[in-house]
Amino acid sequence: MQRYFLFKAGQSILLLLGVLILVFFLVRVTGDPARLMMPREASAEAVEAFREEMGFNRPLIVQFGDYFLGVLTGDFGRSLHFKSPALELVVERLPATVQLATTALVFAMVVGIPLGLVGGFNPGSWVDSLGRFLALLGQSIPNFWLGLLLMLFFAVRLGWLPSFGRDEWRSVILPAFVLGLPTMGQLVRLTRSAVLEVRGEDFIRTAKSKGLLPRTIYTKHVLRNVAIPLVSVIGVQFGYMLGGSIIIETVFAWPGIGQLLEQAIGWRDYPLVMAIAVFTSLAVLAINLLTDVAYAVIDPRIRYGH
Amino acid sequence: MVTRETTPMADSLLDVERTFKDRLAYMGRFLWRDRSGIVGLVMFAVVVFAAVFAPLIAPYDPLEQNLRDAKMPPAWSEGGSWEHPLGTDNLGRDLLSRLIYGARVSLTVGFFGVLIAAGLGMVFGAIAGYVGGRVDTFIMAVVNLVLSLPYLLFVVVIASILGRSLINVILIFGITDSPIFARVTRGEVLRIRESGYVESAISAGARTGRIIFDHIMPNLIGPLVTLATFEMSRMIFYEAGLGFLGLSVPPSVPSWGNMLDAGRKYLTSYPWIALWPGLAIMWTSLGMNLLGDWLRDVLDPRLRRARK
Amino acid sequence: MTTILDVRDLVTKFYTLDGVVNAVNGVSFDLDEGETLAIVGESGSGKSVTMMSLLGLIPCPPGKIEGGTAHFTTEAGSHDLLQMSVDELREVRGGQIGFVFQDPISTLNPIMTIGEQITETLTRHLKLTKQEARERTVKLLSSVGIPDPQLRYKAYPFQFSGGMRQRVVIAIAIACTPKIIIADEPTTALDVTVQAQIVDLFKRLREDLGVAIIWITHDLGVVAGIADRVLVMYGGRPVEIASVDELYENPQHPYTLGLLGALPRLDTRESRRLVSIRGAPPDLLIPLQHCPFAWRCDYAFDRCWEEIPPLLPVALRHQSACFYDLEKGGPRSV
Repeated sequence: MQRYFLFKAGQSILLLLGVLILVFFLVRVTGDPARLMMPREASAEAVEAFREEMGFNRPLIVQFGDYFLGVLTGDFGRSLHFKSPALELVVERLPATVQLATTALVFAMVVGIPLGLVGGFNPGSWVDSLGRFLALLGQSIPNFWLGLLLMLFFAVRLGWLPSFGRDEWRSVILPAFVLGLPTMGQLVRLTRSAVLEVRGEDFIRTAKSKGLLPRTIYTKHVLRNVAIPLVSVIGVQFGYMLGGSIIIETVFAWPGIGQLLEQAIGWRDYPLVMAIAVFTSLAVLAINLLTDVAYAVIDPRIRYGH
Repeated sequence: MVTRETTPMADSLLDVERTFKDRLAYMGRFLWRDRSGIVGLVMFAVVVFAAVFAPLIAPYDPLEQNLRDAKMPPAWSEGGSWEHPLGTDNLGRDLLSRLIYGARVSLTVGFFGVLIAAGLGMVFGAIAGYVGGRVDTFIMAVVNLVLSLPYLLFVVVIASILGRSLINVILIFGITDSPIFARVTRGEVLRIRESGYVESAISAGARTGRIIFDHIMPNLIGPLVTLATFEMSRMIFYEAGLGFLGLSVPPSVPSWGNMLDAGRKYLTSYPWIALWPGLAIMWTSLGMNLLGDWLRDVLDPRLRRARK
Repeated sequence: MTTILDVRDLVTKFYTLDGVVNAVNGVSFDLDEGETLAIVGESGSGKSVTMMSLLGLIPCPPGKIEGGTAHFTTEAGSHDLLQMSVDELREVRGGQIGFVFQDPISTLNPIMTIGEQITETLTRHLKLTKQEARERTVKLLSSVGIPDPQLRYKAYPFQFSGGMRQRVVIAIAIACTPKIIIADEPTTALDVTVQAQIVDLFKRLREDLGVAIIWITHDLGVVAGIADRVLVMYGGRPVEIASVDELYENPQHPYTLGLLGALPRLDTRESRRLVSIRGAPPDLLIPLQHCPFAWRCDYAFDRCWEEIPPLLPVALRHQSACFYDLEKGGPRSV
């Protein structure tokens, strides 16, 4: 188990390095990062001064080394707009996004998994059809557009929920619902297909041939095996929601990292953009690592390096 | 002693190579049984039709502004007229026409995006799977890196850096989506390579090219076509997302994403601008998801289930 | 010798997308206490479906048991398995009748320890406490020849070799000292050397526990080593039933002849070609009104095409479903 964890952790570190390289070069892909970060009307001299100030004239390898060491010591760069360390700004916004993503995930799991379970155990029933229909809708409706409509209806017309911001406990309802909808759809489908697949396995036939009670078969044999792929997907989806909340946060003016990113792009504050990209990637990698560990806990074959 | 020829039916059991007509007939039966497949196909066909025949069926030029008729509600609302059945936007442009032309952008992005993604992905995935070793490890490392990153975030950042243009959007989606095609291709190539018949083909003296075309490629088509359908649907969704953030095609171009962006500003006073493109995206996604589900069932013989 | 299982005219069909599959078309046999009956046939002959039908282990839909009786006799009396409710069947499964399936890796739950997989059947049927069940499990593991049973109790299936896994499966089958063990191709997925070990294990357990065995296989070689009587099936029907010696020395059905002819033998002097039976197995989608083997039979004549031959007595405790008399060289006088 330890070996597995170390291996996965090592992989994560390599991936992080890859992320840093990627982000570093992304900003330089147009050839002139200074132009990218300055307003369009800026004069050539202003841009040159900026270039000097940011050290863009130095050899790439030096720039990267500097950047890399900075990240290791917690220096993710300096926001041009706020003129303060980028990491602080990101961390300040973190709780809001975590709250949003967590609520969305809980919603998706509480609705999606039971529907998928019932569907898998009773394929063809009305509950199954309902679940699959909801799953299809959840994955087909553009969730941010739905967010706009729901906001219009529930907030503006009915006034039941706030339309933007994070001021009260009810504020999280609409954005979390909308953010979690595609994941809910995915969980219904995945759970259902996992249940169907496990039920068709030979060891379920064995369990039946032992004369075990249905509830024993469901819990000890089916559900335990269904949990394996589920854990994986839940982890990935959580990462996706953390990193992909930008549009939803923009729609609902939710003061999280996503909204900060959208604003930073508007300000052409690329140091801040980079910091957000690196930080979010780090978070997602960490979640993936945790998911891998959880996976190994559930499935002994992974633990023992099968 | 009376004998007859060997069992007629048993012979057909020996006859593994079903003719193309048999396959088509089988697919037809399947399609009918699973009517959602037809529904998906029809829905998708409607969008394709709109995109292809846009100049013929759109009542107006989507770029034509008419400030006098700006912000007209749809025909059935008060103040609306059948001249502009779905209403007009803040600059007086006909919403129905923009909607129809928007299909062009979405389908172009989706189609060419998937083309690039599949092309790139298949090549690298096949190399990784077939060659193996260090090459495989390296390619899969890159694939895993890209796949473990928060997709939307990076797409947004890249789009903001590269600027608004159709080519950029297609390239972004094409490249960022290729890893999933690579992974699926590699998986299939590995599976086929490890199954007996590539080995027997090699020992029968078949050249590499022949192996690839006769044995590997036919098995790839099924999973890849299914994947392509779903990914195309995703790309249409993400184009809308980018457009909504003002990062997709230039603002004048009628894309569903741009329309949503424009509609956002007027949402409370005049929600129609935002309503139609969202419905269009939903329609397209639904159709493609239904089609993709059906394709997956039909092209994967292992999932065939017995029904009464 | 008391008969513990008496099956009469079992009919099972599957209603599938492609049509109705007539998997089992009127199978009858009986099993005595402590006896080993081998059911032999090729894939699709209905041998597995027959046994699974008896205990309600075929998926319904698409399957349906459409006829027959199956009287199972224990100290508690004689009951028709096919008339039992699911709850009643669950008591029989694992408790009175144990199963050994073909492929031990897929037969065992991959994420459960083997100890747990055995104890769960003990707690279910024998109502033992956890401690008692554990002790008994360890004894069972050692009785099937697994070394270090105390340690192996906590091991997972993937940590065992194929032969060892099958021993675990056998341990599960005998855990509650059943009256019958139904073994469906238990050695087919194993190496030849391991096969012999498993057959020996069965023989030993048979002696120690007095359990009756129904051994399903397509391999006549294995049958010779363990069976008392043999039932040959073809196209969902029984075609010959006899004691093992009688079958090998005096086969009466052309299909059995074919099967024996296809066996490589070490005990004959002359070398001969392995004879394969021409043609292919019947399509079970088509209900037949004549002998299912007629197409492939060297001896078929007009009566074979007009009626379905029933099991006819051909010798002492030996029946064959064939209108042709091999010894006479002509149609049987019936």
